[in-house]
Amino acid sequence: MDEARWIGTTLAAARPQALAALLRYFRDLDLAEEAFQEACLRALRTWPQNGPPRDAAAWLAFVGRNVALDTVRRRAKQTELPPEEALSDTGDAEAEIAERLDGADYRDDVLRLLFICCHPDLPTTQQIALALRIVSGLSVRQIARAFLVTEAAMEQRITRAKARIGKADVPFEPPGPVERAERLGVVAAMVYLVFNEGYSAAGDTSAAREPLCEEAIRLARLLLRLFPAEPEVMGLAALMLLQHARAGARFDADGATILLDRQDRALWNRPMIAEGLALLDKAMRHRRPGPYQVQAAIAALHARAPAAEDTDWAQIELLYGTLEIMQPSPVVTLNRAVAVAKLRGPEAALALVEPLGDKLAGYFHYHGLRGALLMQLGRTREAREGFMTAIGLATTAAEAAHIRTHLDGLSQG
Amino acid sequence: MFYALLCYHQEDVVCAWTKEEDDAVMRKLAVVQERLAREGRLGPVARLLPTTAATTLRKDQDPPLVLDGPFAETKEQLLGFYLLDCENLEEALGIARELGAANPGGSYEIRPVGLFVDGGARP
Repeated sequence: MDEARWIGTTLAAARPQALAALLRYFRDLDLAEEAFQEACLRALRTWPQNGPPRDAAAWLAFVGRNVALDTVRRRAKQTELPPEEALSDTGDAEAEIAERLDGADYRDDVLRLLFICCHPDLPTTQQIALALRIVSGLSVRQIARAFLVTEAAMEQRITRAKARIGKADVPFEPPGPVERAERLGVVAAMVYLVFNEGYSAAGDTSAAREPLCEEAIRLARLLLRLFPAEPEVMGLAALMLLQHARAGARFDADGATILLDRQDRALWNRPMIAEGLALLDKAMRHRRPGPYQVQAAIAALHARAPAAEDTDWAQIELLYGTLEIMQPSPVVTLNRAVAVAKLRGPEAALALVEPLGDKLAGYFHYHGLRGALLMQLGRTREAREGFMTAIGLATTAAEAAHIRTHLDGLSQG
Repeated sequence: MFYALLCYHQEDVVCAWTKEEDDAVMRKLAVVQERLAREGRLGPVARLLPTTAATTLRKDQDPPLVLDGPFAETKEQLLGFYLLDCENLEEALGIARELGAANPGGSYEIRPVGLFVDGGARP
């Protein structure tokens, strides 16, 4: 890695912390972003000569703040601040702000920066786009590519979202414990949305969207470093790592979905699985279960099975049962039915699936699973109808292709 | 003399590397490691998972306290280590420089090893 590249990575890594500190200082997102940009330009100019500072985030926050203040003061015809080259990076002034960056303020700063992207008035796609732009610092072009829209459309979406949160009242006082926990929950949900936006991509677009999964994992690690003892944050990070570990095995060469039991497990990312299992292990010690931990535990059972036949479906059924109590949803019941089918056969599973018909009539996976169960029971005509409905509801070519292989199987059988 | 080479780096920077950048660094490191292994100078090598996966047992109270996260909040984190068989510090520093050229940024702490037990367990 050459020097310019290394500086680029360092600036990207320091962005959430530095920008969050600047936002607290200026209480204005545009001004904070401008100050951060300015600080980055100075870093590119001075770091190659002076060497990188020990704490890049503190340096950027400090220089960014001074540059912006400088502009304000110059306008007011006051004395200029000394140029940042004259400031030692171990100087008292920086030590002071570095200390503040390390403290509890800094934790709440980053949480606030993430939280403003989760404004309830914003549709989820705008929340995701905003978080990627503001917190992760992805370019509009990168985000547009991930969302498969034009750069102009994405630019407009982000501008609109920013205008909305600009009008919103973001509290700058440090939050109390209850408020902090609430914010953390909202932010965790947004991070998982970012992940799913990448994870639910079809085979032909998965490469373009994979950065969203990686970005979500990075944000979860950031949250974990700020809130190291929160079991649900560990659960969220574990869940995403365990799911993303399968990325290399989820699609065939033509971009069609490969289901879990057909995936080549040698292609799963082992270090990612190890990290996910370690985090889940840590989370469970707290004995404060939550939906992310339960979902991570289910993903862990798949990850631990050396082959699909070794999967502990009994445990998976129990965990989906737990999730049904925590977060009742017909989709969770549908997932439990998959485990039931493996454990007690298609008839028992179908009994669980049929009553969901009203709520899931427009849901691709409902018709796909129902069709597969009917097919196993030899009810070919009904199975075909189910598969046809599923194809009509498929949102990606990969999904449709997958159902078509079932239909082909029916015609041959 | 056995030396431990403790690898410190800013974790958020390393985690921000793309897979390609990470792979490229690991490939360059592997070249040095393979040569050291041929020369019989390479002991165990470990890359540690992120500090977010760490747990700390504080023994300064009874019963000891289990805390989530690494032992100390530092600007650079312990991300891995090598054990090396070297004649002297100069030789250990030479290897550290070579590894450093393959993996820029961060610091290596070179610490002579007092006791080494090869328990035989392998991951």
